[in-house]
Amino acid sequence: MTAISDTSKEWELAPPLSTRLKGMFGSTYRAAKRDLVLAAAITVLLVGLFLAIFAPTLARTDYERTDPVNRILAPNSHNWFGTDNWGRDVFDRTIVGTRLSFLVGFSVTLISTVIGVGVALVISYFRVLDAVMMRFVDGLLAFPTILLALALISLIGPSVGNVILALSVTATAGKIRLVRGAVLSLRESTYVEAARAIGVPVPRILMLHVLPNIVGIIIVQATFTLASAILAEASLSFLGAGVPEYVPSWGNIIATGQGYIQVGFHISFFPGLFLTGTVLAVVLIGDSVRDHLDPRLRGRLRTTAAQQ
Amino acid sequence: MTESLLKVENLRTHFRTDGGLVKAVDDVSFEVQQGETFALVGESGCGKSVTALSIMGLIPNPPGEIVSGKIELDGVDLTQLSFGEMRAIRGSKIAMIFQEPMTSLNPVLTIESQLSEALKIHTDLSKKAANDRALELINMVGIADARTRLKQYPHQLSGGQRQRVMIAMAMSCTPKLLIADEATTALDVTIQAQILDLMKDVTEQSGTALLIITHNLGIVARYANRVAVMYAGKLREVGEAVDMYTEPRHPYTVGLLRSVPRLDSEKGAPLAPIAGEIPDLTNLPGGCAFSPRCRWAVDRCFAENPLLEETSPGKKVACFEHASVGLNV
Amino acid sequence: MPPNGTDQPILWRYIAQRVLVSIPVIIMVGMITFTLVYVGPGDPAAIIAGDEATPEILEKIREDLGFNRPFPVQMGDWFWKLLQGDLGTSYFSRREITELITPRLQPTLSLGFQVVVLSTFIGITTGMLAAWKAGSPLDRNLMILAVLGFATPGFWLAFLTIWVFAVNLGWFPVIGYSPIQNGLFAHLHSLFLPVMVNSILASAFISRITRSAMLEVLREDYIRTARAKGASEFSVFLRHAFRPSAIPVATVIGASIAGLATGFVLTETIFAIPGLGRMLVDAIVRRDYPIIQALLMVVATVLIVVNLIVDILYAYIDPRIRY
Repeated sequence: MTAISDTSKEWELAPPLSTRLKGMFGSTYRAAKRDLVLAAAITVLLVGLFLAIFAPTLARTDYERTDPVNRILAPNSHNWFGTDNWGRDVFDRTIVGTRLSFLVGFSVTLISTVIGVGVALVISYFRVLDAVMMRFVDGLLAFPTILLALALISLIGPSVGNVILALSVTATAGKIRLVRGAVLSLRESTYVEAARAIGVPVPRILMLHVLPNIVGIIIVQATFTLASAILAEASLSFLGAGVPEYVPSWGNIIATGQGYIQVGFHISFFPGLFLTGTVLAVVLIGDSVRDHLDPRLRGRLRTTAAQQ
Repeated sequence: MTESLLKVENLRTHFRTDGGLVKAVDDVSFEVQQGETFALVGESGCGKSVTALSIMGLIPNPPGEIVSGKIELDGVDLTQLSFGEMRAIRGSKIAMIFQEPMTSLNPVLTIESQLSEALKIHTDLSKKAANDRALELINMVGIADARTRLKQYPHQLSGGQRQRVMIAMAMSCTPKLLIADEATTALDVTIQAQILDLMKDVTEQSGTALLIITHNLGIVARYANRVAVMYAGKLREVGEAVDMYTEPRHPYTVGLLRSVPRLDSEKGAPLAPIAGEIPDLTNLPGGCAFSPRCRWAVDRCFAENPLLEETSPGKKVACFEHASVGLNV
Repeated sequence: MPPNGTDQPILWRYIAQRVLVSIPVIIMVGMITFTLVYVGPGDPAAIIAGDEATPEILEKIREDLGFNRPFPVQMGDWFWKLLQGDLGTSYFSRREITELITPRLQPTLSLGFQVVVLSTFIGITTGMLAAWKAGSPLDRNLMILAVLGFATPGFWLAFLTIWVFAVNLGWFPVIGYSPIQNGLFAHLHSLFLPVMVNSILASAFISRITRSAMLEVLREDYIRTARAKGASEFSVFLRHAFRPSAIPVATVIGASIAGLATGFVLTETIFAIPGLGRMLVDAIVRRDYPIIQALLMVVATVLIVVNLIVDILYAYIDPRIRY
């Protein structure tokens, strides 16, 4: 695709649509390989989702019960990932931690997307409200996500709900900025102007003409929110400022293992692997969605995702 | 002055795409004489620009490749040169001007540095001498306030001025061949004539041959000595520009002429666009590629591909029915 | 379109405009920071007074420190002190926050400087290399690394590097910080692992954007013009393609500096580096709100200034902004 477009101007023959679609994926071989990566990523995410739902019943031990006799056991046939400093099974705690990561990740994504898109659509049609809201959004986005979340949680206290709330604040601000930008540029487009000229009411324009056109951007952005929220929750819990210590989270399991790095490498290693694998899967799915929707979006969304 | 400068022989440039093999240039042969103006005419997608890029050695590979044929410049086959040898020829012996003056200049470099770049690459001129020559060049192409302009950036110039800069840049090493690929298409009609006149002037002064690539047969008659008409990767008719205009012998040439207004056409004679569509190059019809759109087509045209043959001195046509083809039929 | 080449007034107007745009953001940041702590739970007077305070003492503290004044007055007072460089007083140690911050600056600034330089260098060179060899195994492997770098949590990578290089190989101390005063080598040595961890992660991002920006510019018509002039591929890459593609790269470097603020909180905690990030975590544990407030304000202001510098860099990179 990349190289062909060098000369497309010279022999603009408008190849049939099927050819152009295929062109988006390069050669068929590359498409197959890319589909394989995508399939692997989706599998990882589905397994994660399965664990998130069923882990507490799948856990073979009481993952909260301490067993000082069997503390810091290396991985063995019974404790696949070994045990931690309280003798708790790391495998069980890790799969139960999936639930928290997914809960926080999906909640933050859902909340920020719904509120962000709603607010952006509304303010883009009211000049004064827009000016006020955007100054507020700019202010919020000037803070690094985790720092603001840390400060918020230190004020409202560590709990799962508060972690979701704290992470949703910046995620929502990011969504508002992104969607508002897209809506404003769409508003200049001919078909929206045409709709306005024939007197279509604003809410109808928003729902029928604007929203469908930004769905792609919103979906892609949502995958990045999901990835960064999962990472952020783990970071907060790692710092001891996320969920309370008794709730198993990949972040706080890794933090526990940090103190026993000399003797219990496995305690931090396995939950870290789960965390990295999940985030990687989400990022790859996001990349793939973006490429399907519009190869030209490459880079641009990344930048906005990074600024959050 | 009839010594040939550029000799293209049986050139085939193909592109491998996901939709199949595109024979963008398929067995094309022509010659450009020293100092003459030669025009390569056809609709977009006919392969004329790919021909030009093949001569420049700028076909992106992959997906494109010169599959066979020769491109001789002064007797040297350019297709056999190494990358480095070809680079030494680009910009010094052959130069090229592109269609889009708005995007063909680097937005972050000054006019001066872009203008003197070819000199710095191909000559031993000092920086000072190269910059002096840049001033000379920009004066030559008729840009006012030259000294200031040299220090400016492309976005501060109009489209016509930028194309003048492109000409100055192309002429900086006094090439033997200048290729102008749709160089005036993006410009206003009034500016088009100025730019074409300028190209004609500067090439005549230095004895540079000019290869004009265009879809506009109208400008050809006024500027070119000889014309080649290209369709679907092949040359269909080659001849003197004047002949081509008055006595076209290929149905496609006739179609092109009928689709543009002419001063000498009968009053009220309607413009007639060519019926049908440009064929899909990955899936050409059998026989003559123009046959589905041709009103002279006979059964043979759908089965066999006519070769480019000399029909009279200096005139070649690739059509079985060329004897009956004409403007007034 | 000015007829002469004097670009200075326009450049200055652009810079002034960018500065003006930043001011409301800084004010908004201040308002958010102040309001957060103001509406937050916990009575500052009670925290200062300790457990055995009588209502009279609490009232006295409120009176003395002005906690009983109306909200806008308190906020105005806070802003006024900020402008004079007064970041407030720690609840916990009762010392001026500026005084507490000063010794914390060196580790964080040194870490920040090294990471920005190193990640920019690694990111741009690998990104250009990948674009140069686009489609090759080298390109693919570099991009796989870049995606991995994007997905790997910094604190876990830090854990892995400590395990490999400190615990097993023993090349570096497990934790600890050696200030510059104790010798530059010891200083760099003590920061080596944290610098590496943060640089690798930040460069993954810069690399990806550099590659895609380069590939986009390489498709431009003016690149073909340069090749038609006979420019070497080296010159096409560095002279003609790099600068036009530098704008997204500058944006990403700016964004990655924002990411470092987060990264440092984690890294300084793991490697026990006594910098600002560690100070913030300690303040959160102790609920020392004035310090949290001050650090949020400082970090956000630094990031706004970084964005301002990036904006000004745009003008340097692209003359279309300058004129």
